[in-house]
Amino acid sequence: MTQMTVREALRSAMQQEMKNDPDIFIIGEEVGEYQGAYKVTQGLLEEFGPERVIDTPITEHGFTGLAVGAAFAGLRPIVEFMTFNFALQAMDQIINSAAKTNYMSGGQVKCPIVFRGPNGAAARVGAQHSQNFAAAFGHIPGLKVVAPYSAEDSKGLLISAIRDNNPVIFLENEILYGQSFDMPEIVEPIPFGKAKIVLEGEDVTIVTFSLQVKMALDAAEILKESDIKAEVIDLRSIRPLDEEAIINSVKKTNRLVVVEEGWFFCGLGATISSIVMKNAFDHLDAPVEIVAGKDIPLPYAVNLEKLALPSVEDIIAAVKQVCYR
Amino acid sequence: MTISNNQTLTSKQYLIAYEQMLVLRRFEEKCGQFYGMGLIGGFCHLYIGQEAIIVGVEMVKQKGDSTITSYRDHAHIILAGTEPKYVLAELMGKATGCSKGKGGSMHMFDVPGKFFGGHGIVGAQVPIGTGLAFAEKYKKTGNISFTFMGDGAVNQGQVYEAFNMAALWKLPVVYIIENNEYSMGTSVKRSTAFTDLYRKGESFGIKGVKVDGMNLQEVYTAMREAAEFARSGQGPILLEVKTYRYRGHSMSDPAKYRTKEEVEEYKVRDPLTDVRNKILENAYATEDDLKDIEKKVKALINEASDFAEHSPLPDESELYTDVYTENE
Amino acid sequence: MPIKILMPALSPTMTEGNLAKWFKKEGDKVAPGEVIAEIETDKATMEVEAVEEGIMGKIVISAPTENVPVNSLIALLLEDGEDISVLDNFKIEAPKQKSLVVENEQSSNTKSVSDVAIEASVNQKNVSSINNRIFASPLARKIAEIEGIDLGSVAGSGPHGRIVKADLQNAKQSSAKNTLFRNPVESRIVPNNNVRKIIAKRLVESKQTIPHFYLSIECNVDKLLQTREDINEMFSADKSKKISVNDFVVLAIAKALKDVPEANSSWSDTQIHYYNNVDVSVAVAIEGGLITPVVKNADQKDILQISAEMKSLAARARENKLSPEEFQGGGFTVSNLGMYGIKNFGAIINPPQSCILAVGAGSKRAIVINDEIKIATIMDVTLSCDHRVVDGAIGANFLAAFKKYIEKPALILV
Repeated sequence: MTQMTVREALRSAMQQEMKNDPDIFIIGEEVGEYQGAYKVTQGLLEEFGPERVIDTPITEHGFTGLAVGAAFAGLRPIVEFMTFNFALQAMDQIINSAAKTNYMSGGQVKCPIVFRGPNGAAARVGAQHSQNFAAAFGHIPGLKVVAPYSAEDSKGLLISAIRDNNPVIFLENEILYGQSFDMPEIVEPIPFGKAKIVLEGEDVTIVTFSLQVKMALDAAEILKESDIKAEVIDLRSIRPLDEEAIINSVKKTNRLVVVEEGWFFCGLGATISSIVMKNAFDHLDAPVEIVAGKDIPLPYAVNLEKLALPSVEDIIAAVKQVCYR
Repeated sequence: MTISNNQTLTSKQYLIAYEQMLVLRRFEEKCGQFYGMGLIGGFCHLYIGQEAIIVGVEMVKQKGDSTITSYRDHAHIILAGTEPKYVLAELMGKATGCSKGKGGSMHMFDVPGKFFGGHGIVGAQVPIGTGLAFAEKYKKTGNISFTFMGDGAVNQGQVYEAFNMAALWKLPVVYIIENNEYSMGTSVKRSTAFTDLYRKGESFGIKGVKVDGMNLQEVYTAMREAAEFARSGQGPILLEVKTYRYRGHSMSDPAKYRTKEEVEEYKVRDPLTDVRNKILENAYATEDDLKDIEKKVKALINEASDFAEHSPLPDESELYTDVYTENE
Repeated sequence: MPIKILMPALSPTMTEGNLAKWFKKEGDKVAPGEVIAEIETDKATMEVEAVEEGIMGKIVISAPTENVPVNSLIALLLEDGEDISVLDNFKIEAPKQKSLVVENEQSSNTKSVSDVAIEASVNQKNVSSINNRIFASPLARKIAEIEGIDLGSVAGSGPHGRIVKADLQNAKQSSAKNTLFRNPVESRIVPNNNVRKIIAKRLVESKQTIPHFYLSIECNVDKLLQTREDINEMFSADKSKKISVNDFVVLAIAKALKDVPEANSSWSDTQIHYYNNVDVSVAVAIEGGLITPVVKNADQKDILQISAEMKSLAARARENKLSPEEFQGGGFTVSNLGMYGIKNFGAIINPPQSCILAVGAGSKRAIVINDEIKIATIMDVTLSCDHRVVDGAIGANFLAAFKKYIEKPALILV
């Protein structure tokens, strides 16, 4: 078992797949000569050449549409958004062209494309560079949306995303890029729609994804001192959602806390809450608690930013609330 | 479609063109009629008056070339190879429609015929069409992409983002602006600061050509040259084809923004009538030959109507199919 | 076959328009693409182009005509070579309205007045029952159901007194230890509903302002019971129609009030009202309180009518379905606690009335008749009187009259 960073794991997934399928290419800003804005694509230009690792002008709307057209024509593009905040400019092509065309054409025109890049808050980069788009993309039928936490999951899910014949939104996290995890020699592709129980417990279920998995694990450690044993579920896949895993866990613990970095209103926690209420109503000993980013654009000052985002303390407080402590 | 070295249209080409244009004309008129009867719903954008453009492109297109346009797409898909009856069935939202009834007028596709839609968002087809060309270059097929847009789409930002990349990477695209002078109710003069649309690629070094879209010969010549240029690997080229639509922007448009006189002026230059006259003037065929073609076309359209009208609606189970495609 | 030309729709929502103008006359040639007519909607004027080729055969709807429905036949075109005579045999069908078929929602939105009243009273009932509700988490409810725990006996430690899983575990633990379970929550709060508030207000007012005094007599109801049995034999098949002792009490009161009208009265500072109608209020116990439906003009009704009316009023009173006229008014109230075994009691007068008769249970007692001890069924009644209006003499007279009718029911007939 070796150690690998998330960044290296993502790169290794792309490298492996590009070796095996000449139709796969990477397109985005600074992915080539700059070696990637976050160095995820480092070395790939040298290995595969400028025809397969393409630096674009700053034209998200244009190059997203171009990549969608290439996917319609049978290629398999990996589109890197420097951050998903910039994908807002390309929303029409992602939603109206990529997500809906297979349906509108009665199944004729497929779009095997991956949109990947960092999602959510980084470190004091301000409101326009910090939004979390899991709920916004999760809302759209026709898209698949995944968000890995560990290095192994990053590689396994990215391999699946590249091989998937549908448009996949692959949400990474800048802070996680440099984190190291244990990594097996061979990583199998991970199917979408399967969450992972990263910590077992019987008193409360904490459901989350991406960076907040770490926070949930930290909170669970602290909660042990209060004799509360938390079960932590890493969703890994937002759409499709592993409803079964969540419901089975709630049936065991009777209490649920959902942690998401994005805003509460129209968010993932509200949806999960509704699903659990419908499928496990009689198993709830307390209403579902949702820990979300505060309902504000993200501020810059270091203390305000910390307050605005979910914290370990927030998670502990929510768990205690549902445990009536 | 073999391309003769002589750029002048032959009698055979004229006759084939006449039949094609007549099919398109009668088809679109039938759509107008059905829309008025409530059999076609939603949006319906008719190509009447613009037939020479797609017919001219079709003469030049080689197997493997792609076409893509916006929502005024019935003509494009028919010439890409989809039989009119499946197009009409789609317009009527039937299970036998080319998109299984799930797309409608604006979302038609013929993948074997390499027609990639059929897009509802103005301008979105331009980067996509550029991507189609990108794929051809990537795979080194020598195929090109004919990317159509209207005079309204020309003001979309993403069009220029596409032009930039096409020129930068020398992509084999023929950009065709079908300038029918109005984007919905707003004339080119009222919406566009610089109205020589064929010059819109100049900032990117893209050569532009102005073409009279009511004249089939002129369209053919221009398209031939453009296709050759694109296929040579020198990059994209832009054509502004001046044309006119006799009907409103869509079926819901009373077209108050132009005068009847203006419409009549263009009707006098009707490309369909022009081709018919040329055939008779040059004795490429007799009046009776033409009447035979007209009868044949009428029967084809009637057959398409019957087929579409008698086709069933999609089964309810189709509600949830095709949201995603299967992975092998 | 003549070709039909139909009225077109200019928009998906258009249902009719005005046929403004024809550009072709009957007999004119028509080529495809030619404008043949002009139609108007409130939004726009559009031209209609011909799709088919032919000769204008018949203009079915002339211009100008307003409100032509979409898809109706407006003209007939003859195909090349057809003769005008084919039109003679052509039937012009009524226009098929292409309308959206909307499921006829049989409107359940229209409510009758009585429905509204019922709803209002049902809501009242819910309000009171909500106040008695137990809050428990869904999980706690399920556990309680499975283990047969009565949630009413469990204290809730969650918000709003919510019973949660831990509380059930505590409940089980403490009963397992066989020690005293002291409820940590000292009292169960039941907020006062409107009914209770009103009863409280009125009774306090009555006791504080009316100078009550009490008169009691005993009534021998042997003959009454026999009379009742005789009548009820008629209803051996339909037991729901049987008359009760209290039905007789109401009728006897009504007759007695005719004899002693001063007892059917009301005090106000400047005058006394002597009611002209004999309306007897009868106290009925309902969930959460008491209500007094009124038997109007009881003196004019026979025992069967009073019995039927009492049954109806009492049932509806318990379901909170009485209308205001049914429990407002009344000049004299009777309250019967005989069915609870009460021997006698003094009731509180219902203002603005002056009297209330409290009826106890009839029981077999030893009485002295002609210096001999006999057994008879004796019923105690106590009259509470408002001394301002009804003094001892009037009260006594009333009771004497009442006793007369109760002990000798035959006198009711004359």
